[in-house]
Amino acid sequence: MLEVRDLSMRFGGLLAVDGVSLNLNEREIFSIIGPNGAGKTTVFNCISGFYRPTGGEIQFNGHAIHSMPDYRIARLGMVRTFQHVRLFNRMTPLENLMVAQHHQVNTNLFAGLFKTPSYRHREQEAMDRAVYWLKKVNLLELANREAGNLAYGQQRRLEIARCMVTGPKLLMLDEPAAGLNPRETRDLNELIVSLKEDYNVAVLLIEHDMGLVMGISDRIAVINQGRPLAQGTPDEIRCNPDVIKAYLGEE
Amino acid sequence: MLAKRLPFAALCAVLTLVMGLPILGLNLTPQGIHIVLKSAPSATFMWIALGAAVVFLFQLFKDYLSGFWRQVPLPKASSFTPNLEGRKRIYAERAGWFLVAVLAFAMPFFASRGATALGNLVLIYVILGLGLNIVVGLAGLLDLGYVAFYAVGAYSYALLHQYFGFGFWEALPISAILAATFGFVLGFPVLRLRGDYLAIVTLGFGEIIRIVINNMTWLTGGPNGIGGIPNPTLFNMEFGRIVKDPGDTLFYKVLGIEYNSNHKVIFLYLITLVFALFTVFVIKRLTKMPVGRAWEALREDEIACRSLGLSRTGIKLSAFTLGAFFAGFAGCVFAAKQSFISPDSFNLYESVIVLVIVVLGGMGSQVGIILAAAILTMLPELARDMAQYRMLFFGLLMVLMMIWRPQGLIPMKRTPVELARE
Ligand SMILES: Nc1ncnc2c1ncn2[C@@H]1O[C@H](COP(=O)(O)OP(=O)(O)O)[C@@H](O)[C@H]1O
Ligand SMILES: [Mg+2]
Repeated sequence: MLEVRDLSMRFGGLLAVDGVSLNLNEREIFSIIGPNGAGKTTVFNCISGFYRPTGGEIQFNGHAIHSMPDYRIARLGMVRTFQHVRLFNRMTPLENLMVAQHHQVNTNLFAGLFKTPSYRHREQEAMDRAVYWLKKVNLLELANREAGNLAYGQQRRLEIARCMVTGPKLLMLDEPAAGLNPRETRDLNELIVSLKEDYNVAVLLIEHDMGLVMGISDRIAVINQGRPLAQGTPDEIRCNPDVIKAYLGEE
Repeated sequence: MLAKRLPFAALCAVLTLVMGLPILGLNLTPQGIHIVLKSAPSATFMWIALGAAVVFLFQLFKDYLSGFWRQVPLPKASSFTPNLEGRKRIYAERAGWFLVAVLAFAMPFFASRGATALGNLVLIYVILGLGLNIVVGLAGLLDLGYVAFYAVGAYSYALLHQYFGFGFWEALPISAILAATFGFVLGFPVLRLRGDYLAIVTLGFGEIIRIVINNMTWLTGGPNGIGGIPNPTLFNMEFGRIVKDPGDTLFYKVLGIEYNSNHKVIFLYLITLVFALFTVFVIKRLTKMPVGRAWEALREDEIACRSLGLSRTGIKLSAFTLGAFFAGFAGCVFAAKQSFISPDSFNLYESVIVLVIVVLGGMGSQVGIILAAAILTMLPELARDMAQYRMLFFGLLMVLMMIWRPQGLIPMKRTPVELARE
């Protein structure tokens, strides 16, 4: 489904990503781990089109996306969250989810001004989907608050809901557990598994919480200083001597 | 069902004829010193008959039509969130708007001629402020050349009249659409820029338009401006003492009342009020539509928008174009009100004043903008001696606002949505 071949990204003299390859299957949870500054977020930015990679190829469901603008990649069914939450802060959670469905509603100006049946119908559908996902991430009671005033954990959940409401095939999460308390982390764990099991999305995950990563990942890739270090199932990674030395060995 | 509605539909059609025939079908024409009643051309009667037929059919089938419309429910509104305050607020808001509208309609019949004319100017700035609010307040694009589109609208009407003999009502939509087209064409290259760069380029564009108008003397009359722009008419009735356009009649003669030069001022005020209310209504609805949501989202976080598949160029362009549309609209009304326009009416000062209205009112808040437009238009008129300190005053006002009330006089409020329970 997603195929990244030999990806590299250079910022001036710094080679932030060097020869990373991944291959993601449908309904798979694939994690990328590595120390801070290893280049994980840069890989995400290349895949989602925010950076144009300086080398390598990226294929998504048969489309070559390494030279596509970011918003067109998103419309192919690949959405992401950000390491630092990016919500529409002054809008409500409900509105956040409505904006995300911009391409599922009737955006025709006249249809909206005259509230034609097709407009109302699709607006209602979008509203229903938004309510569904707000309920799923347990934010329905807060639907009319200002998103910027939600607690941090709630903002994280809202960001995931905002992705899911677009009906994606691939969801990319950049450190979703950062800053969450243990209970919230457990809920997140359940949510991610449910996204895969019940909604058939593939998940590409960057995370430092090893408990979470080892528990839910189907496969894991380790990156160190921009270079791929190892790739395999959680058990393989746990026993890999290179990984232990470079990453876990610090402890 | 149909039989039940038949008498009422027939009554409506007859009423249409009773009202339409004398108003549209008879013209008072001056002949020498007498005024004679003449019948309008037969085409007019055909239109009246057609109108009556449409009214008849509409009344006859009204239930079906509205039934069809009602089949598709509005995005809902029932009772999940304990949102009583929300609903109360919406009702209070509506009542407030209604009250303000009624007062505004009644005002010219009690106020002096000068106050009415000033009210008219306030209303033009309300339209401008609300239009610029789309661009600056909602979409977050700092546009310092908004007056350019105002000028395009005004000159469209003036030129259409001068060269093609267009009347106000024909020129109004064309002016607005022309200004919107300008907005679209200009926005295309400019909207790639961000923040300060966008402000500088739009500032330049505003000046360019004014200078071009100033220098194209052969077309626009240059600094001498264009005069003799006709005031709006009401069903071809003019409000002057004598007829300007041979096809028209005179308001005071048709009504058989004494000529009073106040009629024109009041009429101008009233139609501007209708346009301002129209603007409020349309923009209010736009903000609740997908395009309005996208504007705000783009203002809040452009990167998040892109990650969700929204293309920023299209959305920014729509804000810019619609903003320009309302500026062109206001420009046409302004030209019709003044009867004379020159490039002087469209200098940087105008852009600044409209921007101050938007910022002072509270970006995104319609009520705030209306209030700010009233204050900022009336203050300089009341303190004419201080006119030369106006810009100083605005600057001071902006600084004070930034310190004490950066969110504006009346910050934007979000309408709560009630969510349906399963
Ligand atoms: N836009 C950029 N310009 C220059 N350097 C960058 C940019 N983005 C990331 N980097 C550099 O790339 C390296 C990898 O960063 P990042 O991908 O954020 O790491 P991680 O997410 O694994 O912690 C860092 O050294 C960072 O400074
Ligand atoms: Mg990172």
